[in-house]
Amino acid sequence: MAGAQSPEENRTGGIRGVLTGLGPALIFAILVGLVVVFTMLNGTAFFNPENFVNITVDASVLLLLAVGMTFVIITAGIDLSVGAVLVLSSVVAAQVMVELSGTEQQVQNYQFPTQGVGIPAGIAAGLLAGLLCGLGNGFLITRLRMPPFIVTLGTLGIALGTAQILSGGTNVPYVPTAIQSQIGERDLFGFLPVPVLITLVVVIVAWLALHRTGFGRYTYAIGSNVDAARRAGINVDRHLLKVYALSGFLSGLAGIVDLARFNTASVGAHDADNLAAISAVVIGGTSLFGGIGTIVGSVVGTFIPAVLRNGFVIQGVQAFWQQVAIGAVLILAVFIDQRRRSAEERM
Amino acid sequence: MFYAVVGILFVEEARVEDSRGRPGGSAGGEPVLRACRIDKSFGAVRVLRGVDFEVRPGEVVALIGDNGAGKSTLINILTGVLRPDAGEVFFEGKRVEFDTPHEARERGIETVYQDLAVAPQLDAVSNIFLGREHRRAGVLGRLGFLDGGRMRRETEEQLGDLRVRLSSLEKPLSTLSGGQRQGVAVARAVMWASKVVIMDEPTAALGVAQVEMVLDLIRRVRDTGIPVVFISHNMPHVFEVADRISVLRLGEMVAELDPATATTDDAVAAMTGSARGNGDAA
Repeated sequence: MAGAQSPEENRTGGIRGVLTGLGPALIFAILVGLVVVFTMLNGTAFFNPENFVNITVDASVLLLLAVGMTFVIITAGIDLSVGAVLVLSSVVAAQVMVELSGTEQQVQNYQFPTQGVGIPAGIAAGLLAGLLCGLGNGFLITRLRMPPFIVTLGTLGIALGTAQILSGGTNVPYVPTAIQSQIGERDLFGFLPVPVLITLVVVIVAWLALHRTGFGRYTYAIGSNVDAARRAGINVDRHLLKVYALSGFLSGLAGIVDLARFNTASVGAHDADNLAAISAVVIGGTSLFGGIGTIVGSVVGTFIPAVLRNGFVIQGVQAFWQQVAIGAVLILAVFIDQRRRSAEERM
Repeated sequence: MFYAVVGILFVEEARVEDSRGRPGGSAGGEPVLRACRIDKSFGAVRVLRGVDFEVRPGEVVALIGDNGAGKSTLINILTGVLRPDAGEVFFEGKRVEFDTPHEARERGIETVYQDLAVAPQLDAVSNIFLGREHRRAGVLGRLGFLDGGRMRRETEEQLGDLRVRLSSLEKPLSTLSGGQRQGVAVARAVMWASKVVIMDEPTAALGVAQVEMVLDLIRRVRDTGIPVVFISHNMPHVFEVADRISVLRLGEMVAELDPATATTDDAVAAMTGSARGNGDAA
């Protein structure tokens, strides 16, 4: 890539140079800026611990998807099926719970005599459904050598269609209420909602896995230069299979958390989750070209839309503005990534 | 069987001599790696025809030839990427059939590829240890946790031995200069090569100062006793560093030159098949 510009010229070239140099710090600054602005506008209606917990609970499902997506995108892949897998997992979990928690008559009267069996079995079934979807994606991508974009677009349709067939296209009713009271809306120690705890644990484990283990190292290497990874003796296919399985499993977990929060498997509410997760990851500095990305970045990238939505609602601005703002931030993030990439290749 | 045993004895002996330090010059001893009457065709195209090639302990052997002469194919056969249609490969005197590059690597043959098989977004330490990471001791290690400190120390040691200076060990290779990146690629190969290092056009994309660094590096690797196969188009680079030059033309080994006596013109003539070079075949 013999470019006319030297990297130095490139970096000092006005606004483009500034944006390229800042990168992740800029995105973090945007999040902090949003918090400051909404605090100035709304005072303690926005800036109070309870509201922050609300924002975090709202962000938890998307954050689980974004964590899996981070690994996938770092390998230079993509997973469009996460929202559909979430729906399928929550429908499977809900139906297993309903089925095993009592007779048809009992559950319709909101009596769940055997929910001690039904709820754990449902959770296990939902997680398994997610894991199997992820393994399916990984299998098709690595064994049949198909592009991840097409494979996961296909499994998006299959998973969502299956979920609608199973549920008859409506939300699954008569789910044991204990899942909401014991998980979805339960605060541990009086302040820590269980969905937040689950997400926190996943984020910490994912951070360790990505930044401290061989698993993470191989994830970066494959996205950075798949031939180099192969020549170094890394079993690329097996690793990609694991990465897509992880994304599927976390989508399943997100489905369980969603089910627990709303006490029903909502079939129609997650159509845009895949794009929301991809935006969050990309806003957080993960490169669509692979090889670059962090868990912390994806957390920040998930919180920017969550804070915007929350702030707009408190402010009384139409929540639709949030989509406009996120679109703009996304374009900015991808622009930064491209500049960074072309500056690197100019050697 | 008898041959194999004798071969090993010779190799061992040769290596002992080598490690006593003989500064360059044409190397002697039984070949570490030897290709014998190699044929290889891709479809109707005969890429290699009865090619003999050998790598002796402690030497830099240059493999030169025009585009399409079969250099890469020969290297791919020596390193297990391709299998020959006919002919044999001997490693330390024993006949070997490497089915995969991995097998060749396990025997101590490392290759630095032309396109710099590094991961540009990873740092030097990660690249040098890619696929061979040190795990931490105990339970954490079994969970896959890496021993970053140990890998960093060994990387520093290795780069220090080879006198490769990097602006940073933590920064992605994409932010380093081409020469520094090549330094990492070579250091990686040398770190794991116990027998032979093969370098495919290591100076192709580099500036003048960086070329000097890489050629120096090649000499230093040789002086540790590990022979280097140096593939290049660039005659000045070849003559500067090689102890022996093998010339491929249209799939045949047409000449073996001694850089001390041969000239660049001789080499070019052998490569292109014009009258002068042919007579110089060994």
